[in-house]
Amino acid sequence: MKNRREFLKTAGATAVGVSALSGSAFAIGEYFISSKETKPHAEEKTATRWGMVINTKKLNEEVIHEITTACHTKHNVPDCMTFAEPKDPKRKKHHEIKWIWEEHYHNAFAPDVVEYLSKKLEHTPFLVLCNQCQNPPCVQACPTKATFKRPDGIVLMDFHRCIGCRFCMAACPYGSRSFNFQDPRNGLPDRLPTNPAFPTRMKGVVEKCNFCAERLAIGKKPYCEEVSKGAIITGDLGDEHSEIRKLLEENNAITRKSSLGTGPSVFYLV
Amino acid sequence: MNEKIKIIAGVAIFAVIFTCPLWINMGKAKEAPVPVLAEKAKAAKACILPKDEMRAKHMKILDGWRNSVVRDGQRIHMVKDADGKEKEYEMSLSNTCLGCHTNKAEFCDKCHSYASVNPYCWDCHVDPNAKKEASL
Repeated sequence: MKNRREFLKTAGATAVGVSALSGSAFAIGEYFISSKETKPHAEEKTATRWGMVINTKKLNEEVIHEITTACHTKHNVPDCMTFAEPKDPKRKKHHEIKWIWEEHYHNAFAPDVVEYLSKKLEHTPFLVLCNQCQNPPCVQACPTKATFKRPDGIVLMDFHRCIGCRFCMAACPYGSRSFNFQDPRNGLPDRLPTNPAFPTRMKGVVEKCNFCAERLAIGKKPYCEEVSKGAIITGDLGDEHSEIRKLLEENNAITRKSSLGTGPSVFYLV
Repeated sequence: MNEKIKIIAGVAIFAVIFTCPLWINMGKAKEAPVPVLAEKAKAAKACILPKDEMRAKHMKILDGWRNSVVRDGQRIHMVKDADGKEKEYEMSLSNTCLGCHTNKAEFCDKCHSYASVNPYCWDCHVDPNAKKEASL
């Protein structure tokens, strides 16, 4: 007859075996296609840490309009003003979904705002979007791992997993995230996507800029960069010879709320 | 013992009422729908796996696709076809699956509604062929 010690040994070994079998690929409890059968696109753009430089000197009303429209139409971001409900324009604003938008210096950079600001900076338009933080508070807050940081620095959302708890929105110090209080297709013309190749979202899901992960995956530049006439440049912050790093070396750049330690990857040339 | 008839009658009535959904609907079973292949799918001849496997596993494949694309950043699925040749497919429901199966209503919805399956794919993912219909 087995004694207690032997029983415990066997039980321990079994537990180790079972946990080893359910390997790391199943870490989030989901089914993956075997990595032997998958690969990225041949033209995929890669980086060790994706980053963006926004040259505010090259931003004007026209360029900003081009950029925000390109991003929002290509990603099927609903226009809150076309929602049928609520009717009051002020309350409509509560349903607003935005990935990239214009913000005043005082709002974008609060509370690190300089008191006696140069007139020029005061009237400079800023484009704000998800900062793709190095140390993203939204990822820490997400209870379902719907928001996660990729090895290349992009903070991505897996909309399939989002349960709409909005912890990430509370955690994000930049207000980069929007919540779909209603079916976002209500805000699309004829309830049809403006870009049929990209999905919409559904009611009860948070959304934000995805750094055009779907574009980088096929070797293309983000939409905003493409239409920005040189105002937006993306590149590898981890590569010291990259164009973006040279720009940062040669110019004065600021980031939003750097004192919080989130490590934003979006830089503004002023 | 005087209650015997009443009990038997009661049990009989109960049995009839309880089983009525079965015999009322007897012989009225609808035939299982057969998914209709679109012209493009017919022309392609083969899906990524043999028909029977696709029928049994498509939901699992799609689940794997979404996880591999979003979480792993892999976009291409390499599958060996019947001749042992390796073929590459972009893992995309709207663009790859519906690119061939252009008739979502006849191909997907028909069986799903018969089997009372309500996949939430279409809450977000788009039927790229829907636009044409709407504008007609």
